[in-house]
Amino acid sequence: MNRSNGPPSSALPRSVFPYLFSGLFLFLLVDSWRRAEVDPGLFFEPRGREHLWRFLTGMYPPELSWDFLEFMVRPTLETVQISVMGTSIAVLIGFPLGLLATSTFSFRGVLHEVERRGAGWRRGLKVCLYGLSRALLSLFRCIPEFVWAFMFVRAVGLGPFPGVLAIGVAYGGMLGKVYSEIFESVDDRPLEAIQSTGAGRLQIFFYGWLPQVLPNIASYTLYRWECAVRTSAVLGLVGAGGIGQQIEISIRMFHFHEVTTLLLILFSLVAAADYASAKVRSLL
Amino acid sequence: MNRLDAVPDDLAALRERSRETSRVSAWVLSGSLAALWIWSYRGSEVDPGLLFSAEGGGAVFEYAARLFPPDLSGKTVADAAAGAWETFAISLIGTLLAVVIALPLAFFGSRNLAYAGLLYEMEPQRGLLLLRRAPYLAARAVLNFLRTVPEMLWALVFVFLAGLGPFPGVLALGVHTGGVLGKLFAEVLEDVDLQPVESLQSTGAGKVQILFYGILPQALPQFVSYTLYRWEVNIRVAAVLGFVGAGGLGQRIHIAISLFLEQRLLTLLMVLYVLVTGVDYLSAYLRRRVV
Repeated sequence: MNRSNGPPSSALPRSVFPYLFSGLFLFLLVDSWRRAEVDPGLFFEPRGREHLWRFLTGMYPPELSWDFLEFMVRPTLETVQISVMGTSIAVLIGFPLGLLATSTFSFRGVLHEVERRGAGWRRGLKVCLYGLSRALLSLFRCIPEFVWAFMFVRAVGLGPFPGVLAIGVAYGGMLGKVYSEIFESVDDRPLEAIQSTGAGRLQIFFYGWLPQVLPNIASYTLYRWECAVRTSAVLGLVGAGGIGQQIEISIRMFHFHEVTTLLLILFSLVAAADYASAKVRSLL
Repeated sequence: MNRLDAVPDDLAALRERSRETSRVSAWVLSGSLAALWIWSYRGSEVDPGLLFSAEGGGAVFEYAARLFPPDLSGKTVADAAAGAWETFAISLIGTLLAVVIALPLAFFGSRNLAYAGLLYEMEPQRGLLLLRRAPYLAARAVLNFLRTVPEMLWALVFVFLAGLGPFPGVLALGVHTGGVLGKLFAEVLEDVDLQPVESLQSTGAGKVQILFYGILPQALPQFVSYTLYRWEVNIRVAAVLGFVGAGGLGQRIHIAISLFLEQRLLTLLMVLYVLVTGVDYLSAYLRRRVV
C-alpha cells in the first residue's frame, strides 16, 4: 500500500500493519454491508415468509409426468453437447495461444539456441507475438462466460451455438494460461539430449516436448470439461441453450416442482460427468 | 526398463497381454471420443459460417466493431464505478457469509472431528455406528447440495425470495461458496498433523481445548488462503449475478447488451477488467502478508 514514502525496507513495520489492515477492513466491511443492502429481516416479514413457504412447499413433489420428462430430454442432451463442443473450441484456442505465451517455446531456451546471430528483429517479432498472446488470453479469461454468452447471443442469435462460443472463448483463456504454465515447466534435459543427436526443431518439439506435457494437459482439459458441463447447464439463462433456459422459465413461472426435477437432472449430469472423466483419466 | 528384460517368460507374456488390452482400450476410447464429438457437433448447431461469412454479416466482427470507441462520458463512468463498488461489496459480504456458513458445517463434516480418531479415543464406542455418523453425513450432504447448485441458480431463487437488488446476490454467493469452502475446510481439518494433538491430549486437555490449541492453529492459515482464493473467484461471479437481477456491474452490463448500447458496454467491461485484476493483486498481497 503506502509503499512510496515509507522506510525503504519492508514498507510497513510489522507492528503497524495489523492496525492499519483491521481499520481498512472494518471500513470496507461496514461500507459494503450498507451498499449490499443486507437485510436478513426480509425473510421474517410476512411477505418474505410467504414467499419462502410458497417456494419450499412448491418444490415438492417433483414434476415427473412423462410429457415433461420427454420435453426435457433434448435440453439435457444439448447441455452435454454444448460442453463438449465448447471444450473442443477452448482447446483449439488455448493450445496455440498457450504455446505462443510460453517463453521457452516462443523466443528462448533450447528450441532457439541455434539461431543465427544478427536476426534481432526476428527475435523482437517473437517477443511481440508472445506478449500479444498473453494479452489475448488474459482478455478471454477476464470477461465472464455469461457476458461472452450474452454478447454471442446478440451477434449470432439464440440457441446452443452462442453457448459453445462463450465456453470456447472463456475456457480457451483459462486453458491457455494453465497450458503455458505446464509448458514452462518442461524439463530441458531430454530436449538437450535429442538436440545432441542432431534433431531439428520440429523433431525436438514432437519427441521431446509434447510427450512431457500431454498427460498433464489431457488431465487438466478433462477437469475443465467437468466445469463446462456445470457452466453450459446455466448459460441458458441468457438464451444460450441447454437446461438453463428451462430452469429460468420454471422459476419465473413459479413452477417450483419443475425446478426440483431440473435440479435432479442437473445433479445427475454433473455426477455422470465426474464419473466419466475419472474413468477416462484412469485410462490415460 | 532394462531390469524387466530379465523377467521370466510368463511375466513377459503377462506384460504383452496388458499392453494388448491397453491398445484396445485406447482404440475404444478414441472411437467413442470421435463419436461423442460428431454427435455434439450436430446437436449444438455449430455454424462457423455464421461467424465469418458475409451473409451472417461477419456477425462477430461487426459486433466487435460496434464496441468502439468506448463511451467515456462522465455519467457512464460514474455509473460504472458505482456498479463496480457494489460488485465489490457483494463479493466481500458474500464471501464472509460463506465463511460463516462453511465453518460449522466443516467441523461436523470432517471425520476426525465428527466421530472418529484421537478425539474419540477415550470414549466407549457405543450406539449404532450410523447414529454416531449421522451429523457427519448430514453435514456432507448439505455441503454437496450447496455446492452443486450453481451461483446463478441460487441468485434466481433468492431474487424470487428477497426481491431485486444486491442482497440476493450476497445470499447466492454466500450459500454456494459456503458449500465449496466447507468442503475445502473439512479437508484441511482432516489433514492436520496429529502429533501436537496427541501431546495436548497427553497433558489432559479436553476436546474443546484440543480443538482451539491443537487443531485450529494448524488449519487457520489454510482457511485464510482458501477464503482469499474464493474471493478472487467470487468477484468474477458477483460481476454477472446482476444478469438475473442481483445488482452490481452485471445488471448494468445486462442492460447495456440488451439495449444495444455497445459503447457503454465497452466502458463497463474495462471497469470490470480493472476491478478483477485489482482484487487479484490485493488478494495476492494479503496472502503474502497474512498467511
